[in-house]
Amino acid sequence: MPDKIAITLDVNGKSYDVNVEPRRSLADVLREDCGLTGTHLGCEHGVCGACTVLVDGRPVRACLMFGVQAEGKAIRTVEGLADGDVLHPLQKAFWENHGLQCGFCTPGFLMLAVGALEENPAMSEAELRDVLSSNLCRCTGYQNIVKAVRLAADEMRARRA
Amino acid sequence: MKPAAFAYLAPTTLGEALAMLDGVQDDGKVLAGGQSLVPAMNFRLARPATLVDLNGLSELDHVSGDSDRGVVIGALVRHAAFHAPPFEGPLAELLAKVVRDIAHYPIRQRGTFGGSLAHADPASEWCLVAATLGATMHLASVAGTRTVAAADFFRGTFTTALAPNEILVRVDLPPLPAGWRTGFYEFSRRKGDFALAMALATLQIDGGAIRAVRLGVGGVSDRPRRLETVEAFLAGKPPTPATFAEAAELARGAVAVTADIHASEAYRSDLLGTVVRRALAEAAA
Ligand SMILES: Cc1cc2nc3c(=O)[nH]c(=O)nc-3n(C[C@H](O)[C@H](O)[C@H](O)COP(=O)(O)OP(=O)(O)OC[C@H]3O[C@@H](n4cnc5c(N)ncnc54)[C@H](O)[C@@H]3O)c2cc1C
Ligand code: FES
Ligand code: FES
Repeated sequence: MPDKIAITLDVNGKSYDVNVEPRRSLADVLREDCGLTGTHLGCEHGVCGACTVLVDGRPVRACLMFGVQAEGKAIRTVEGLADGDVLHPLQKAFWENHGLQCGFCTPGFLMLAVGALEENPAMSEAELRDVLSSNLCRCTGYQNIVKAVRLAADEMRARRA
Repeated sequence: MKPAAFAYLAPTTLGEALAMLDGVQDDGKVLAGGQSLVPAMNFRLARPATLVDLNGLSELDHVSGDSDRGVVIGALVRHAAFHAPPFEGPLAELLAKVVRDIAHYPIRQRGTFGGSLAHADPASEWCLVAATLGATMHLASVAGTRTVAAADFFRGTFTTALAPNEILVRVDLPPLPAGWRTGFYEFSRRKGDFALAMALATLQIDGGAIRAVRLGVGGVSDRPRRLETVEAFLAGKPPTPATFAEAAELARGAVAVTADIHASEAYRSDLLGTVVRRALAEAAA
């Protein structure tokens, strides 16, 4: 068995020293080695998006990246969204608009939306729906997720202005 | 599922990567965006003993050129780079249109242009672009670099001219200067799914007639195909719905479509005609 590799990950601005096998996915490293279990795993082959995290600002499937590939990159997970007890506008909008039921897909949707809105805060409705089609939810029927993200986008733009 | 164990190598220069790959030969694989290889590893369909990770090779992550001169695309350029291509003109418009149908936004942040061509999925949009426009691939090994035309590069499903110790380093797309019009139409069951059929067309129209044309189809057989016989039929004809309907029938006759769980032969052949007609109509509009 290949040796474990010592790496340092920067997650939500905090440094984590971990020893991992190369085959361990970034999602598993976050969950098992960093103890950050907010990132979920559904399909482990890139289809569901439950594992979505930000790597250098861009949403990626953490099940399709190896932990050893993430050294030196800025990783953001759902644990880094809230500011203390103050929810991120997206979290607040999901809460208020019934954008979740069981919540399994929610961390992935939140990180997907944060990354996409930070890249383009003024997305059209069509662009927004296109981005959100990346992830799967088995509960909500998507309407309230789209609504929550649209409202949060307005709030995020207003805060910036 | 989880992948089988492998040794991980992270070169920082192309020379280093080529030497590493040459050292491991057959049981070694190159890792680019990982958006096709890692799912295959997680399913244990692929169990490479060694992975040579190309992500540290920033030298392969550049796009240069423009629609007038043609573009050079480094193998490691991510799909997402074409959401807003770093140049203008018909070639840029075509790439920006096509990229929206490749998988989903987060997958496009990691997946690479070179990885798509090397993987050679019959339903890959970039493979269709390369085959239709007549791209030139640059393949490097410790022995040096050779170039292969798209027509010789794609050999079949997941099969290319790449040898196990070679890395695809860059792809040249020929010019598509002002005056060319482009059309692309893909049919898939859900947004982001692989195409059940797709077609790409480029046209030059002058004095009410088609002066020059390129037409290709993908997702319908074992590799993307440029349809020269249909191109020959279209040359000189008026760009009308009747012409395009006839071209669609010719295209159906020119390709032996494959059947799979998603589409029977009859259904896929029908789709093939439709995507050809729509791609041509979009280019002419
Ligand atoms: C849910 C999902 C949906 C998708 N939908 C689509 C779609 O609609 N259309 C589409 O085209 N693709 C789709 N993909 C695949 C995606 O586009 C991949 O990015 C692409 O097929 C492979 O590129 P990669 O950089 O990720 O390569 P990798 O996965 O890293 O590698 C793929 C193969 O190519 C080899 N390779 C990679 N780069 C090189 C190189 N430079 N030289 C030599 N060999 C190399 C690897 O060894 C491996 O065998 C989808 C993927 C997922 C997970
Ligand atoms: S767990 Fe990563 S996409 Fe499903
Ligand atoms: S809330 Fe249950 S899967 Fe989305």
